[in-house]
Amino acid sequence: MDDLVLKTVARLLIPFIQLYGLYVILHGHLSPGGGFAGGVIVAAGFVLYALAFGRSALAAVFPERLSTWLESGGILWYVGLGLVGVFAGGAFLANARAGFPLGPAGRLFSGGLVFLLNLGIGIKVAATIATLFRHLEEE
Amino acid sequence: MRAVLITLILLLAAGALVAVALEMPPLGAPGAPALASPLTAYYQARAFYETACPNQVAAIVADYRAYDTLGETTVLFTAVAAILTLKHSRKEERDRG
Repeated sequence: MDDLVLKTVARLLIPFIQLYGLYVILHGHLSPGGGFAGGVIVAAGFVLYALAFGRSALAAVFPERLSTWLESGGILWYVGLGLVGVFAGGAFLANARAGFPLGPAGRLFSGGLVFLLNLGIGIKVAATIATLFRHLEEE
Repeated sequence: MRAVLITLILLLAAGALVAVALEMPPLGAPGAPALASPLTAYYQARAFYETACPNQVAAIVADYRAYDTLGETTVLFTAVAAILTLKHSRKEERDRG
């Protein structure tokens, strides 16, 4: 597909879509949203990019190897953070009891485990949707 | 014949779901089971102090019920693994014959 209107609009919109997705992920513990919603928005940016510029262009900016690594890394990050709780003498996925600093409520860097888990989920969901789109679109 | 049967079964399932949904108490009704649960009172009173998250949904999803969310994340991982497996097995079949 080679469409000037689509390409121009996509070029203008994608930075804002991805910025908004990152905002939703990073503010997951402060406002509605979180890792799942934000990850899907970030992935929507990748999908729009692939639709407007083609799959090979997406592979150039977001290689398949990278999304595989983020995919597995996201879930390992999650389990690793859970194990911190075990080694700190608490329960699996413990928050303040595992020593994660809660910080002042309402600030960006606060919430301890909640913030870190949202970050991992967001990265993982974005990689998942991008991978699914890449492979299902090929068929 | 098979299509009629499938349609009938799906309609029955949809009917059951709609019937259940109609029985649900309205959002925020005082007698609703969700509000009667002692957990609701606990979360409302303590979640903010225990997690320092103004967003109570995030506090529950990523702290109290983090185990549940780990399962959800695993579902996504499994979905990708299944699709890649199917795709590669098809490719092998095509290459062979």
